[in-house]
Amino acid sequence: MVARPVPPATDPIEPAASTPITILVNGERRAGVLGQTVAGIMLAADTLTWRTSPVGGRPRGAFCGIGVCFDCLVVVNGQRDVRACQRRARDGDVVEFEGPSQSEGE
Amino acid sequence: MSEVVIIGAGPAGLAAALSASAFGARVVVLDAADDVGGQYWRHLPPERPSNHESLLHHGWATFQRMREALAADPNCTVVSSAHVWAIDRGAVHVLVGEADGSDRESRVYRPDALVLATGAFDRTLPVPGWDLPGVFTAGGAQALAKGERVAVGERVVVAGAGPFLLAVAASVVATGASVVGVYEASRATRLVRHWAARPWELAATPAKARELVGYAAVLVRHRIAYVAGHAVTAIEGRDRVESVTVSALDGSWRPIKGSERQLEADAVCLGHGFTPRLELAIAAGCRLSDRRFVEVDAEQRTSVASVFAAGEITGIGGVDLALAEGAIAGHVAAGGGIVDPALRVEVARRRVLRRFARRLARAHVIGENWATWLSDETIVCRCEDVSVADLAAARSATRSSGLRSLKLVSRAGLGPCQGRVCGRTVEALLSARAPEGRLGGASTDRRPIAMPIRLGELARDHEIEAGIPVKGQG
Repeated sequence: MVARPVPPATDPIEPAASTPITILVNGERRAGVLGQTVAGIMLAADTLTWRTSPVGGRPRGAFCGIGVCFDCLVVVNGQRDVRACQRRARDGDVVEFEGPSQSEGE
Repeated sequence: MSEVVIIGAGPAGLAAALSASAFGARVVVLDAADDVGGQYWRHLPPERPSNHESLLHHGWATFQRMREALAADPNCTVVSSAHVWAIDRGAVHVLVGEADGSDRESRVYRPDALVLATGAFDRTLPVPGWDLPGVFTAGGAQALAKGERVAVGERVVVAGAGPFLLAVAASVVATGASVVGVYEASRATRLVRHWAARPWELAATPAKARELVGYAAVLVRHRIAYVAGHAVTAIEGRDRVESVTVSALDGSWRPIKGSERQLEADAVCLGHGFTPRLELAIAAGCRLSDRRFVEVDAEQRTSVASVFAAGEITGIGGVDLALAEGAIAGHVAAGGGIVDPALRVEVARRRVLRRFARRLARAHVIGENWATWLSDETIVCRCEDVSVADLAAARSATRSSGLRSLKLVSRAGLGPCQGRVCGRTVEALLSARAPEGRLGGASTDRRPIAMPIRLGELARDHEIEAGIPVKGQG
């Protein structure tokens, strides 16, 4: 486990209890808490790659974390081109990865 | 009562809102995030409360005070999740709703005065391997630490230029990760020359000095090496970061041969200063300075009547300068004057803090030979996979130094980020070899549509403009 959440029990900010949620990422269940972004949930599970670049097929995930770079695009509940770092996850969200072939055909 | 619209709810925007309201204006604050604070006070959402969030921030009490004052102010409306996508002849076009959603509400504001406080984002110079997962912008790693409580890695390297690297290292350490080292490209002699010059000026900005000393203490406590005159000149790994190469640099940022060292790491935070978010200012018609910030006069007026600017888009100066500029801009936008007693303190603070900003700018100039650490295969434009060699090929194919044709041939800067990440780099790489050093006067800062917008939403905006009643669902 490399990228990971700060363990609430030892976090000096003393977080209060949070509301657990589950999202589906490419059909796999991922646990998170309410208020996390889609990118936050992926990174907390050490998932760094969820896209490939359109020409070279190179792995991409979160880079700027503030909505500027558009590297982290995913499909959320059927909607394409959603910045994972900007979208708060909701319980039951269905997240899929965008493939290079899809983004060509627009 | 005049209406003042403020774009951006970071320190400058918040200060502008409170001071415009105090002078008697009706204020609307538009901000793309779902809560106020901007990048500087990026924080956990209300669904994730904690007892001591202030530990992650500087000036948290100031922020809380401003946020509460704004919420309690009947003349101020904060519209969060407000994505301003165009400014056209005084009309501010906004989509309100979830980021990249499809059923967002379209609004158009035509205020009496507009205050632009759109801030800045990390400038990141490319490095071989910088597109590997596990590489983050310095600000991105900090945003994930503060706004998500996520550690981007276990062994983290922080590299680039500027005092912000210290803040990032402190944020990363506070996630429990270990910081392998902080590598500052500027050499110690340069840093000392500019930081130690005129020490009485530093004494006039105690908050800044305290903040820096605080970061230095974090580094000492965690035994983190701060190495000046060094850069990460390559990042290695198969499908994620596995190691970095650190090299000593000369004064022009050219790597010194034989100085390379490989360090094991699983995440890298890169930042080489900041790029102002200029697209809305350009759309509004504001004149830019030679250093490519929004030009403002003593009253924070831009070259366009009734349009004001404050904070990082007028020059990188930090939170306190943004607060002072915002307060001045808001007051004047609401109809006040610079000589009003209400502004006396802010005007004096602005003077001192601008001097501090100039010191920073001089100490942390990007070295002219940084590009010597690139290889032909290094990706320049991450969106479109344009490499250094592709860019060179585009230039010889077009035999042109016009930025527009070079972009069209190479596709650099034409992807979804619209050149935000690579724009300045593309300009630097192309103009270094362009005969006149200029690129046909073009700039990568111009984005007539400031944010990607879905076609259905664009159609609805036109219906609003034409006065056609908008149906509930599109």
